[in-house]
Amino acid sequence: MNSRFDKKNKVLYLQITEEIDHHSTEKIRRFMDNEITRFMPRKIVFDFSNVSFMDSAGIGLLIGRYKLIKLLGGTAEMINTNKTISKVLEMSGILKIIPLQNEENAS
Amino acid sequence: MKSIYDNEMELDFLSKSNNEAFARITVAAFAAQLDPTIEELADIKTAVSEAVTNCIIHGYENTEGVIKIKASLLKNEIEIEISDNGKGIENVELARKPLYTTKANLERSGMGFTIMESFMDEVEIHSVVDIGTKIIMKKKIKSKQPLEEEKEEVLLKLNS
Repeated sequence: MNSRFDKKNKVLYLQITEEIDHHSTEKIRRFMDNEITRFMPRKIVFDFSNVSFMDSAGIGLLIGRYKLIKLLGGTAEMINTNKTISKVLEMSGILKIIPLQNEENAS
Repeated sequence: MKSIYDNEMELDFLSKSNNEAFARITVAAFAAQLDPTIEELADIKTAVSEAVTNCIIHGYENTEGVIKIKASLLKNEIEIEISDNGKGIENVELARKPLYTTKANLERSGMGFTIMESFMDEVEIHSVVDIGTKIIMKKKIKSKQPLEEEKEEVLLKLNS
């Protein structure tokens, strides 16, 4: 897990670097909540470029962090998801609250 | 041992969450014999991960138990059976519903069965309260190469 905070725009980039399942969510959740409360960003961006796998445990994780950032008056978005992860995201309806900003999805 | 299948495997492991990755990777490695696309393989991995997670969180409610996986191949189809001897599902119809979860406090999304159903061709749920749950999932691999029988059929037609 890595994070990068863009101070000027108050954007927190959360880069996930492992497979997301029920086993790994606990650790990822702790890291993200810690970073969010530390930087108090206006926007969080979940970066999936190093995530090869995600199941429905990831949906619960994302919704939980969305609730936190909303409470703090901010927004959330996602970038760099692979095909299968996009499929899981689309199925869950989560894209309505956390939009996906993949370049290839623009078309 | 004679089998009606082309190949079979069985796997028993403890209901520990660090076995979720082990289970889905093992089944995917077995399914690789059918020469699936990367996407088909990812579908199988995701469905297995959902079923195994259900055994751990719901079946055994984080206590220690044994999860059994049986996978078999017949022609271009894989059948995966995932079972536990846990507490069972009271209302299977309700459990299948998208977004339904009994564990919302654990940030569960209630998408497990919905994902299994849309990533696999068929999903059967057999559950008896206090005895356990068995999920049987099937998926046909759309092979890139035509099957031997199909080739023969085409040759026969050409020759007649």
